[in-house]
Amino acid sequence: MNVTIKTLGLAAAVSLAGLPAMAQEKLKVGLLLTLSGPSAVLGQHARDGFQLAVKDLGGKLGGRDVEVIVVDDELKPDVAVTKVKGLIERDKVDFVVGPIFSNVAVATHKPIVDSKTFYISVNAGPSNLAGKSCSPYFFATSYQNDQNHEVLGKVAQNRGYKKVYLLAPNYQAGKDALAGFKRHYKGEIVEESYVPLNTLDFQSELAKIASMQPDAIFTFMPGGMGVNLVKQYRAAGLADRIPFLSAFTVDETNLPAQQDAAIGMLSGSNWAPNLDTPENKKFVSAYEAAYNAVPASYAMHSYDAALLIDAALKATGGKTDDKDAVRAAIQKAQFKSLRGDFKFGANGFPVQDFYLVKAAKRPDGKLQTEIVEKVFDDYTDAYAKECTPTN
Amino acid sequence: MTATLLFVQVLNGLQFGLILFLIAAGLTLVFGVMDFINLAHGVQYMVGAYLVAAFSAWTGSFGWALLLALPTALAFGLLLEALIFRHLYDRDHLDQVLATFGVILFLNQGVKFVWGAAPLSVPVPELLAGSVEIASGLLYPVYRLAIIAAGLAVAAVLYVLVNHTRVGMLVRAGASNAPMVSALGVNIQRLFMVVFGFGAMLAGFAGAMVAPILSVEPGMGDNILILAFVVIVIGGIGSIRGAFLAALLIGLVDTVGRTFAPNLLRLVLDPAAASQTGRAVAPMLIYIFMAAVLFFRPSGLFPVKR
Amino acid sequence: MTELVETSSAPALSLGRRLEIVPIVLFAAFAAAPLLAMLSGAEGYVLSLLTRVMIFGIAAMSLDLILGYGALVSFGHAAFFGLGGYAVGILASHGIEEALIQVPVALAASALFALVTGAISLRTKGVYFIMITLAFGQMLYFLATSLAAYGGDDGMTLASRSLLAGSTALENDFALYGFCLLCLFGVYAFSRSLVVSRFGRVLRGTRENALRMEAIGFEPFRYQLTAYVISGMMAGLAGCLLANQAEFVSPAFMTWQRSGELIFMVVLGGLGSLHGAIIGAAAFLLLEEFLPEILHMTSFFLAEETRSHLAENWKMVFGPLLILIVLFVRGGIMGLLRRPRHG
Repeated sequence: MNVTIKTLGLAAAVSLAGLPAMAQEKLKVGLLLTLSGPSAVLGQHARDGFQLAVKDLGGKLGGRDVEVIVVDDELKPDVAVTKVKGLIERDKVDFVVGPIFSNVAVATHKPIVDSKTFYISVNAGPSNLAGKSCSPYFFATSYQNDQNHEVLGKVAQNRGYKKVYLLAPNYQAGKDALAGFKRHYKGEIVEESYVPLNTLDFQSELAKIASMQPDAIFTFMPGGMGVNLVKQYRAAGLADRIPFLSAFTVDETNLPAQQDAAIGMLSGSNWAPNLDTPENKKFVSAYEAAYNAVPASYAMHSYDAALLIDAALKATGGKTDDKDAVRAAIQKAQFKSLRGDFKFGANGFPVQDFYLVKAAKRPDGKLQTEIVEKVFDDYTDAYAKECTPTN
Repeated sequence: MTATLLFVQVLNGLQFGLILFLIAAGLTLVFGVMDFINLAHGVQYMVGAYLVAAFSAWTGSFGWALLLALPTALAFGLLLEALIFRHLYDRDHLDQVLATFGVILFLNQGVKFVWGAAPLSVPVPELLAGSVEIASGLLYPVYRLAIIAAGLAVAAVLYVLVNHTRVGMLVRAGASNAPMVSALGVNIQRLFMVVFGFGAMLAGFAGAMVAPILSVEPGMGDNILILAFVVIVIGGIGSIRGAFLAALLIGLVDTVGRTFAPNLLRLVLDPAAASQTGRAVAPMLIYIFMAAVLFFRPSGLFPVKR
Repeated sequence: MTELVETSSAPALSLGRRLEIVPIVLFAAFAAAPLLAMLSGAEGYVLSLLTRVMIFGIAAMSLDLILGYGALVSFGHAAFFGLGGYAVGILASHGIEEALIQVPVALAASALFALVTGAISLRTKGVYFIMITLAFGQMLYFLATSLAAYGGDDGMTLASRSLLAGSTALENDFALYGFCLLCLFGVYAFSRSLVVSRFGRVLRGTRENALRMEAIGFEPFRYQLTAYVISGMMAGLAGCLLANQAEFVSPAFMTWQRSGELIFMVVLGGLGSLHGAIIGAAAFLLLEEFLPEILHMTSFFLAEETRSHLAENWKMVFGPLLILIVLFVRGGIMGLLRRPRHG
């Protein structure tokens, strides 16, 4: 019995590996995204965004028919490593697009980059991949993780808030978020409050906030935690008295659950669904028609990733063999990003604009984030200078 | 300020503890009476939350949604019992664990299949939407007070049911010696069904009650399941009284400890180290508490005599 | 509620030598796999998958040693995975990349952790034991998430695999595969000799009837604790290997879900035969890896969109599959293998 299982597995691997050899012409892109568990919705936005782009481009990238292979990293870094090896060695993908989470990015970076496959992140931008461990094979169409937080720090500084209360889950990304906020905010921090990951009840923190009376709070509460915090913040009557600044907390993945409780809350982003470019308008309405949801930035990044691959391969005439040529083509790729201005810095991360955005209700009753003001223009991340591309 | 904070924390601890109790009550009965480890108890909590979300979207009223969700949760529990669990009662615990884990996998994916992966929201019922000011500038939502009231009411009803009715007597007897009860001519199969359905409904009720304040999402039952197991083990398996006390203790240890652990550590460490250590220790507290309880009382606080 | 495991599954001894064919075929398959991997054209992938299978096989087998033979259900076994992994990761980040140092450190750390937590946990019985081992596992998990210097919740990437007596041989996937196979075989052989020894018979005796064992002069606690420590060290070794295979360590190694998966692997394979645990690990991991594709391939008659929908929701098939296995196949996969021989 065990033999059957094993040979079945191997046979599957053998047959799947054998097939692509015949169909050399097809371009293969592996999407490595979190598609199960409570955070699956983020991965779904990214997957849908990419597939929408491929459809809009007529099923071709850079003039070549494309096959998109979607795998679920299950948000387990070690599972992701094996899945990535499958994508690279069995499916022989030319590009890996993903992931959502930084811990998956950190774990999969080495095997992907070592195999000289191009890795295009559509969300995760951990500091070491932007800085010391940057690689000529790693690009991000998103941002470095700190940047959205920096937007809020800058805003808090500009608006002259004297006392700010910080709140984040107790894990690496939470600590990075608060560090990012403090990069531009120089006022007093009345408290840095860390709650255990997956905390769903914030009454104690709300009690502290109410008693400390800060000028604003800044928080990073992704996923279900953000849904709860926003609803509870509103219910505690704090929303109208103490401005709520956040990143990755009030966005289109959470708004359907937060509903009216989130309206007016401020966030930082490199894009919003109402950004006024013709490409973006078309994208948002096409996405809504196809998937019955307002796209979040994950969808935009991944739509852009497809445009990027398309533009780069057009420049190389569809060829992917000469890695240096592909890299140069990606670095200089000319495409109409949905966010407008876009170019890569030397570390493979975008140099782009960042906005303060606000949750609002559209006339049709759906919620989305909308741009309030531009905070950074052509902004480079803080780690780019630590990146010395050698290998 | 500290006194108010403590008061708020105690309220939160109570509320969290009572929710845990609603889930743990069914779990401890099913375990104690039927000797059945039901890992799928957590997904019944999730199903309760999803049902209330679906029904309140349909009817537009939380009250109606709750009224519809409870019998549906009960029916769903009985369906699972008839389809799967009934065939597992005479199996060893590990078989039960494996099969009910299969149920978890299926249902976690199933709700995502039906309702999508994004968290759902349930509006707080109009009647309970307000807040009361319990300290200057701090509003405490009435709905949370309602959860506390509902939890206490269910606890009281359970106390009467278990201690002063015939079914309750059978349940108590079953918890200490099921074969004997069966030998005395009681239809044990029916008793199991009643206990199981009731437990499923309580878990569904807990899910329904938290739906307006927490996010309704796939997998929301997994972590609460572990906590419910912690509760019934501390309380002593099969003991409703133990589950009640343990649930409140866990609720208080978790919420109050989370805020005050760093403050207490500050007495012996410098502030930076205290906050660092406090953050590391806070999520461990309930597990440290459980290990300590089991160290001194290896069968929980209220072991059921058998 | 006195015994957690039914006492019926008296292992291999009585069924005799006929069943010995299973482990022989199993190890032969593992030994031949690299050849097939070369033929497949995706050798790195196949090797990494099978290396994972063997590593989880070691961990599952270590659990089977106390679960199948001692009826001790540890729900915190992934903690040892983490200890092994972090021993490799932390030492490597301080420049000590030699496996001959890392592995002993990992084993010592696992042994110490098992000794302390085992001494406390073994005061309890049955489901209380399950939960107290969970508690210790969770404590270690939260400790790992708070190690900011070592990546905290994100974990850390290893710069390279461990050195073996100064050489970088393990960088080669075939060499790592071979090394893991050697470890698997070593652990298996050691466990086999352990369970047939006097120690193993006493351990089984404590499972059947602790009171009687005590009456005839054995102290169950000491035997159970020793078994727990040995089991923990084996799982710690698996953790070292997993860190090398993934070239990465993180707290995700030791979540309670991971501990649960290890239990499922043992039960799925069949309790108390050691190689059953390896088969369980293989079945679990390979299903997890290939079920989406199998679903996609076998549903060729459906529309493409439905097919990818099906593949994405593979857990809705995996769950019922587990239930069916429990309901209709007693004794896991080993039970399935045993049945036809009984006629």
